[in-house]
Amino acid sequence: MDFADVDGKIGMKRKWNWPIWVGFIVAVGGLFSYEWFAQFPITRDFPWANLLLFGIGAGLLLVGLFRAFGRPQLYRGKIFGSIFTVLAFLLFAFFSYEIFYVLKQVPLSAQAPRVGQKAPEFSLPDQNGKQIALADLLSPNGAILIFYRGFW
Amino acid sequence: MRSFQKQLADFEKRGVHLAAISVDPSDASAAHCRKMGYTFSFLSDQDAAVIKRYDVLHRGAGPKGKDIARPAEFYVDGSGTVRWVNLTENIAVRARPGQAINAIDAAK
Repeated sequence: MDFADVDGKIGMKRKWNWPIWVGFIVAVGGLFSYEWFAQFPITRDFPWANLLLFGIGAGLLLVGLFRAFGRPQLYRGKIFGSIFTVLAFLLFAFFSYEIFYVLKQVPLSAQAPRVGQKAPEFSLPDQNGKQIALADLLSPNGAILIFYRGFW
Repeated sequence: MRSFQKQLADFEKRGVHLAAISVDPSDASAAHCRKMGYTFSFLSDQDAAVIKRYDVLHRGAGPKGKDIARPAEFYVDGSGTVRWVNLTENIAVRARPGQAINAIDAAK
């Protein structure tokens, strides 16, 4: 009981180790801001903005850990700093797996129409329910067909 | 899509239509187009028949393992001949309108 009191008092005196908290929040932001940054080709083609956030988060977490372990009498955060750092690393690992592996699992499309071939005919309803054939789109100078994954 | 909509006038000027194709139902596309301000054609290929004909199906890649289209762009000229194909190797990297416009101008 006495020990607990002493520990508690020391704990109260030690400073709040803010880089750990801010670093963790920035790293979480690095993951969850992907959807927002993915709206713009410049941050989608290569996710440098997200990687930058992860980098800033990692830097702050390291500063926090150095404080917590280097001057434990002054700063808090040995335990939760370690936990947050591991969590942030797991988020980064998940992000990297999705971005650098999953997104590159695209079918080969070896039988897709090639340059010089006739484009396969089709007729499909548009957003107004009107039937549109490829032939309707070609006059006068052709069409750009954009196949996309859909909005879901 | 947003960038293609922004440069729609550059395609219209060249007499080229834009058509986006996916497995989304027409009413979902209509709602999305209203929200985003898209005014070109969004074609609904719900059973992916056309997507398969163009060999751009991505099996199981949609919600709940649904088959959807992979990103792919084609320029088909006025005679129905394919003049440009863009098959991305990364789902997040798609053709920019400038690439399509260059392809149209190069095909003249």
